Amino acid sequence: MTRVLEVEGLVVSFPGEHGRTPVVDRLDLELDAGDTLALVGESGCGKSMTALSLLRLVPRPGRIDAGRIRIDGEDLLALRVDALRRLRGHKAGMIFQEPMTSLNPVLRVGAQVVEAIRLHERVGVLEARRRAAELFERVGIPDPAERLDAYPHELSGGMKQRVMIAIALAARPRLLIADEPTTALDVTIQAQVLELLRELRRDTGMAVLLITHDLGIVNEVADRVAVMYAGRVVEVGARETLLGAARHPYTQGLLRSIPALAPRGARLPEIPGSVPSAGAWPSGCRFHPRCPRVFDPCKQHDPDWTALPGQRVRCHAVARELAS
Amino acid sequence: MLGNCAVAALVLAGLAAALRVGRSPLWRQAGRELRRRRPFALLVVALYAAIALLDSIAWVDHEGGGVHEARSLLVRAFPADFREASYSAPLADVEFYGGAPLRHPGSHWLGTDILGRDVLLQALRGARVALLVGGLTSLISIPLALLFGVAAGYRGGRVDDVVFFVTSTLASMPGLLLLVALVMALGRGPVQVCIALGVTGWVGFARLARGETFKLRELDYVQAARALGVPELRIVLRHVVPNLMHLVVITFVLTFSGLVLSEAVLSWLGLGIDGSWGQMIDQARDELSREPAIWWNLTAASAALFGLILAVNLVGDAVRDILDPRTLRERA
Repeated sequence: MTRVLEVEGLVVSFPGEHGRTPVVDRLDLELDAGDTLALVGESGCGKSMTALSLLRLVPRPGRIDAGRIRIDGEDLLALRVDALRRLRGHKAGMIFQEPMTSLNPVLRVGAQVVEAIRLHERVGVLEARRRAAELFERVGIPDPAERLDAYPHELSGGMKQRVMIAIALAARPRLLIADEPTTALDVTIQAQVLELLRELRRDTGMAVLLITHDLGIVNEVADRVAVMYAGRVVEVGARETLLGAARHPYTQGLLRSIPALAPRGARLPEIPGSVPSAGAWPSGCRFHPRCPRVFDPCKQHDPDWTALPGQRVRCHAVARELAS
Repeated sequence: MLGNCAVAALVLAGLAAALRVGRSPLWRQAGRELRRRRPFALLVVALYAAIALLDSIAWVDHEGGGVHEARSLLVRAFPADFREASYSAPLADVEFYGGAPLRHPGSHWLGTDILGRDVLLQALRGARVALLVGGLTSLISIPLALLFGVAAGYRGGRVDDVVFFVTSTLASMPGLLLLVALVMALGRGPVQVCIALGVTGWVGFARLARGETFKLRELDYVQAARALGVPELRIVLRHVVPNLMHLVVITFVLTFSGLVLSEAVLSWLGLGIDGSWGQMIDQARDELSREPAIWWNLTAASAALFGLILAVNLVGDAVRDILDPRTLRERA
């Protein structure tokens, strides 16, 4: 297994009231070829910012302050602008949340796919068009040759998301970053798009980083899961382990609050309190004000990784339990 | 010479725009909608344009001696030597002051001016100047505004500061004074006046383009292009500017009439273009104080000006309604 993505100690910050405020704080991730890693978390926990920072697309005035990102062996943060541009799309493709606004409304979709193909390969327009039609067929767009001449507004949301996937695949990337690719779609279309992602990963052997807040989707497509809370990854593990035997109190709380798992008619269990906003993160473990297993060290010290078979957790309570 | 080049540039720009519109179904649909909503105003504008074009095709006859000037198709269409000695009233048989018989009795529909020239012909010839002012000025000011606006909106930071400084400086000067000063510096003539109007008039659209670019820059498809590794200049030219085109069209049509009116104001100050409606109105000012008053000169020029402005404004209104994304969404 080759390691396609490796992130270490990533810090992304925005200017706040008291100097720069990190929104992603010392984040670690790793992803192998052919694997799907789901990055899960509530809104505002920094998962989209993580996705953007993986291609150095953090919008100003945000910036990456520290850390290391390696995509297919290349150190992203050391790259110069033109080398970075060649890497984008070619080594890592990206799919965005809103298929409605991710396509240029004044260009035919075919032209947009052709543009993506010709950016990274020296091929003629006709050859690129033929390849675009193939890609359309690959992502399940009916009548691919005719659809190339359609404008985005003439396509449905699901079709647009397929076009987006075709564009992201145009340069045969090793890593596909999908930022909530199905959130804006109907449930039936969601299933189709997820199935497509699964097929593509199997056929091309690329790695998929799936960013989502939907644990149902995680259960369907992920091999490994990373749970994010307040700018940090708090627990990582294989899907079965993590969904079946989560150790971190936050992950456990998340899993308990899935409606399908709660007893019928009972009040849905919730995690008390609310997600702290960036800049108002508590000291020590960031989850401690809401944690049912909180004890003294949680309030003072940031927990380090505790390794368990098949998973890693950042939690003092788990560490103590293991030590005793 | 400069004027001829300007007309050629305008016609070429018009053709290019027409070709572009003809190729894209989105623009074709907008064109159909416009024809459906404002058939009459469009017809009037087309009529003015046709007259202006007829007046732009001119050549010199070389038979015979004497001084010759180029005479346009429009002038040739009128009977030869269509001139009287002095003022005559509309459809009159005799001169207005003095009562001497006219050479072409009853055929001057709108009378003649102090030099005995036919007022109808003068009014028609004003269309050429008006369209030249509106078109050429837009051809100067809109690219200027796009360049500055898009650069400021896309790059932000230092570039934005510089552009903001320039636009604010321009906007803080009294427009008319600046205009007069520029015309004085550049000299008189149609192209010079257009340059002056263009250089003073781009600020508003530049601000609009800046704001819109600012919005587009953060849109998903621009982000997606960046994530694909599209070079920045290409993103601007392919993904940002084409999405500003509806604003260009709206601005062009809505400012067109304002530009024609500005020229009239300049004429009133004695800095306008020869043969414009503004100049006719300026000259007719004194004639109103004669006894009995010469009213047809002023009336003809004002009516011609009014007709064009009204038609262009009606078309502009419809264009804005059709292309504005907000109304688009309401219709969808």
